Amino acid sequence: MAKTNVSFDQAIEQLEEIVRLLEQGDVPLEDAISLYQKGMGLSTICHDKLQHAEKQLISIMDDNGEKVPFQSTDKEDTTK
Amino acid sequence: MTTTSYLTVKALTKYIKRKFDADPHLRNVYVKGELSNVKIHSSGHIYFTLKDEQTKITAVMFAAQAKNLKFRPESGMNVLLQGDVNVYEGSGQYQLYAQLLQPDGIGELFIAFEQLKEKLKNEGLFQASRKKDIPKYPQKIGVITASTGAAVRDIVTTLSRRYPLAEVIIFPALVQGSAAAPSIVKALNQMNSYPNVDVCILGRGGGSIEDLWAFNEEIVARAIAHSEIPIISAVGHETDTTIADFVSDLRAPTPTAAAELAVPNQIELMERITNRKSQIISTVSAILSQERKRLTRVISAYPIAYPERLYRPFVEKITRITEQLEKSGNILLQQKQQNLSQLSMRLALQNPEKTVRQSKKNMHAFEERLHVAAKKNIQTKGRSFSNIIQLLEALNPLKIMDRGYSLTYQNDQVIKSIEEVDPMELLHIKLQDGDVIASIKSINKQSKGES
Repeated sequence: MAKTNVSFDQAIEQLEEIVRLLEQGDVPLEDAISLYQKGMGLSTICHDKLQHAEKQLISIMDDNGEKVPFQSTDKEDTTK
Repeated sequence: MTTTSYLTVKALTKYIKRKFDADPHLRNVYVKGELSNVKIHSSGHIYFTLKDEQTKITAVMFAAQAKNLKFRPESGMNVLLQGDVNVYEGSGQYQLYAQLLQPDGIGELFIAFEQLKEKLKNEGLFQASRKKDIPKYPQKIGVITASTGAAVRDIVTTLSRRYPLAEVIIFPALVQGSAAAPSIVKALNQMNSYPNVDVCILGRGGGSIEDLWAFNEEIVARAIAHSEIPIISAVGHETDTTIADFVSDLRAPTPTAAAELAVPNQIELMERITNRKSQIISTVSAILSQERKRLTRVISAYPIAYPERLYRPFVEKITRITEQLEKSGNILLQQKQQNLSQLSMRLALQNPEKTVRQSKKNMHAFEERLHVAAKKNIQTKGRSFSNIIQLLEALNPLKIMDRGYSLTYQNDQVIKSIEEVDPMELLHIKLQDGDVIASIKSINKQSKGES
């Protein structure tokens, strides 16, 4: 299985590239199989990353320029 | 005497019109005043008078421009007008030709807006070539807006729903009031110095044009233009357009829309990944079955299906050659053997022993013959000898002389006939016991038959 430290961005780009290569048609069998394995690995990575994305990390910069967790409020106040 | 030349009215009017045409200030004027005598023609053209306390000017807005008006002009309304001044030749009157018409509630702001827009446009800040691409799959999203309120809530909710993979960092800013513009600029700078922000949403919820004004300020526009991070603007509602919208890399009508533009939808992504996966599977399956077919075709090909047929001719050939070799070997051997025995025989025939034996035999024969011949010869010779001896004894002249015979010589020559005798010479007569020398007295020739 491919390494899992790739970003989603890289993984999906590679996946698209593999599909493109395969659909060009003139891929030798060995290459097709290794592309297949790689593509399956990448699709699993992408899938897992989406499926198991934990609760989104949302933070806000406070007055001191520190990053603190953000709590959304429903109160309408556009001045601050 | 000079004659005064009179112009026609038309010529004069044309002359005046040219003056208006030539004046650059009259080509684009911004005028404010009160509407009066407004007439909206069925064709869509609007005819009115613009006036203030001191004076008035007739004006027209043609249908092409009037159709863009968001309000209906009414007499008594204070308006801001942009247009040009020119002469209508038909009536010989100068009048305002209006391009834009705005209610004068925000008159100065509107002018400021238009002026700044024009300035920044001329600087090229709105050009499409300046716009940065919005990344497809951002990992860090900056949000510049008020920390509370509908805008931030809409943005955060939408981002969470669509793409929880990305981290969201809110850089809070005042979005209303006189301190808003510097606050937004500060947040933009802060966001730009924060590491690895991929895209930024800058915006606020809806409000009056005064409420949104910070987004029309030059410092904000320039801060957006200088941002290294792509900025999606989302100010107010869809109908509100600010300078920030022109200068940002992408304009979203609302904060929610901005969040939708910033990230892909995870459901769509999931579908896309699934699609890609099935594309890969079907492509590879197709390749596999194609290769399998090819393999089958190759395997069933004649030479591979019947491999022994490939080498059978060679086996046959080798067998034939081996046979030939054996056969010709035997023949050669036989020939050689035959040769050998022939030669041996010939050699045996040539054995010298036989010759020796033959020669010996010959020699014995010759010896025998030699003996016989010699013996015979000797006998013959012996006999001959005794014969000769007898003959010799018989022929001895001395013996004959014994019997009374003599030999007569003259000059040492035996005289056999009287013809040979010289009568003058002495005769030597040899007798048995000595010689007589006699002289000749007469010679008588003997007649035949007389002895």
